[in-house]
Amino acid sequence: MYVAVKGGERAIENAHRLLAEERRGDPAVPELTLAQIDQQLAHAVDRVMTEGSLYDRELAALAVKQARGDLIEAIFLLRAYRTTLPRFGASEPVDTGEMVVRRRISATFKDIPGGQVLGPTFDYTHRLLDFTLAAEGAPVAAAEEAEQSVAAMPRVTDILGRDGLFEAETAEDDAPVGDVTRDPLEFPADRDLRLQVLARGDEGFLLALGYSTQRGYGNNHPFAGEIRLGEVDVEFVPEELGFPVELGEVTVTECQMVNQFKGSATMPPQFTRGYGLTFGHCERKAMSMALVDRALRARELGEEAAAPAQDEEFVLAHADNVQATGFVEHLKLPHYVDFQAELVMVRAMRDAAEQDNSRKVAAE
Amino acid sequence: MTSDETTAAFGAEHVAGYNFAYLDEQTKRMIRRAILKAIAIPGYQVPFGSREMPLPYGWGTGGIQVTASVIGPDDVLKVIDQGADDTTNAVSIRAFFAKTTGVATTERTAEATLIQTRHRIPETPLREGQVLIYQVPIPEPLRWLEPRESETRKMHALAEYGVMQVSLYEDIARYGRIAKAYNYPVRVHARYITSPSPIPKFDNPKMDRNPAIQLFGAGRERRIYAIPPYTAVESLDFDDYPFTVEQWPESCALCGATDSFLDEIVTNDKGGRMFICSDTDYCAGRRAENGEETAA
Repeated sequence: MYVAVKGGERAIENAHRLLAEERRGDPAVPELTLAQIDQQLAHAVDRVMTEGSLYDRELAALAVKQARGDLIEAIFLLRAYRTTLPRFGASEPVDTGEMVVRRRISATFKDIPGGQVLGPTFDYTHRLLDFTLAAEGAPVAAAEEAEQSVAAMPRVTDILGRDGLFEAETAEDDAPVGDVTRDPLEFPADRDLRLQVLARGDEGFLLALGYSTQRGYGNNHPFAGEIRLGEVDVEFVPEELGFPVELGEVTVTECQMVNQFKGSATMPPQFTRGYGLTFGHCERKAMSMALVDRALRARELGEEAAAPAQDEEFVLAHADNVQATGFVEHLKLPHYVDFQAELVMVRAMRDAAEQDNSRKVAAE
Repeated sequence: MTSDETTAAFGAEHVAGYNFAYLDEQTKRMIRRAILKAIAIPGYQVPFGSREMPLPYGWGTGGIQVTASVIGPDDVLKVIDQGADDTTNAVSIRAFFAKTTGVATTERTAEATLIQTRHRIPETPLREGQVLIYQVPIPEPLRWLEPRESETRKMHALAEYGVMQVSLYEDIARYGRIAKAYNYPVRVHARYITSPSPIPKFDNPKMDRNPAIQLFGAGRERRIYAIPPYTAVESLDFDDYPFTVEQWPESCALCGATDSFLDEIVTNDKGGRMFICSDTDYCAGRRAENGEETAA
């Protein structure tokens, strides 16, 4: 008698065991520690925290390890953990103007108060494979420490803003900030929700969209007004106290794109903003996010909105890589029943077509 | 009431560190409110704050959230995929609820109080008090005609369904029939056009005036909709091209059923084929009744 294929529990269990074995690899090779991942694969941890919307380096390192370096899988793991955490409130807005800056560059002014600070960057490195790293090179010489400037580093956009050349941005109302992880997104989406979706959005997707705006699909004449990396304090106002207390600090990357704007009936010609913010050091993501944020403001600013990057429903509905990967990969699930239904229909249609043909031949 | 297949697990412990059925109670309440609204407006897609689940989007997160919100310790859960209890994803989801709730699970349609399904409606008729929970990938039946959510919501609000009728008519003009084999659109309670999820159209008539509650969860798209018991569900058609379902020239090779949806099994590379019931419980039940006469 025919026995149908069973996808049984044993097969799943064994597959998971095999995965665990492959994850560990050759037991003769030392196992990675979370501290090693955190320290030496720091950008992977940064990306997983950003798109996973959870600031916890250790958990993100664990996710990277568990996912065997598959960052979207790691983001998924972190998200599935985050969703179970209770919410006890929202922090005060972080003030990036008060950031302890480790890197800060502006492409719009040669010199700015506080100066340009290159900091740790791949920029200007020659991309030549460094074989001393393969040989577990000797300890690196410490970088020269510049005299820590005590002067505050005002944001470049604030400097432009003082002359009215840069649009002022203030929240339209005092309504609490929305939460895309708790409420369904409606279109048109408010900017707070839009920025949340972009902050959680896939780096590659936003990079490609941002790039497309530079190639004529919704050009918005961007300048990197400022990119800054550093630590900011996170403050929270407990209801019982009524004043903010500091919870700790987080590392963030902020990008403010400055974009030309020719003016409209209600707004004088000025520069407008595209905004990007990430956890950790994710410069490519922050810049892409800022480009796409600005592109999505086309309608609000009365610009023609015909390019993909300017299409809010298209961008926001497809930016999330955990959603995207789930739905693409669900094609691996069985579709026997639907396919059978299609088979039955295609066969019936072929029969009908054949009969048609033979009738035609007979008539001739 | 429990057969051998029903694990006697009432009151069993569930996995530590997580709430009963994984979701926190506030989230469950939010989802229950969405379900109540969905039942009050049959076929209408209610937006809800879908959570991120430990299973991937597109693999049943909507159905899982609905199940997690309505399941109680006394429930008996059945999970099927393609009609079968033993497909990998059904096994995985059943294990998820066994672990997070400790409730009893079953493969028998008649014994289940909750049935979570992907792509099928069981052949055994459902009864009052049962809840059938569908996993839905794309809840919007108009999505392939209009990609924009802001547009399709308007079309539903105004019951502006002309494009759907035109698309069905175009099928007839082109192919001589309505060329939809699954996910065949229905009209619920003479109002909303609704996606039955990708069940074969063979199953569509079972939705009509079904005594069970039918709930639909789409996690990635953040929508819940429902068909209350005994609600009219009509598959779209034309007077001169009435709705029909698939038929097979053969009966099930295992149980001899002529009234069930048959899966085609390729038995060799020389064109050998056989047909067996997609609903494994229905097939097993019929064979047990017939005294399991076949061997070999």
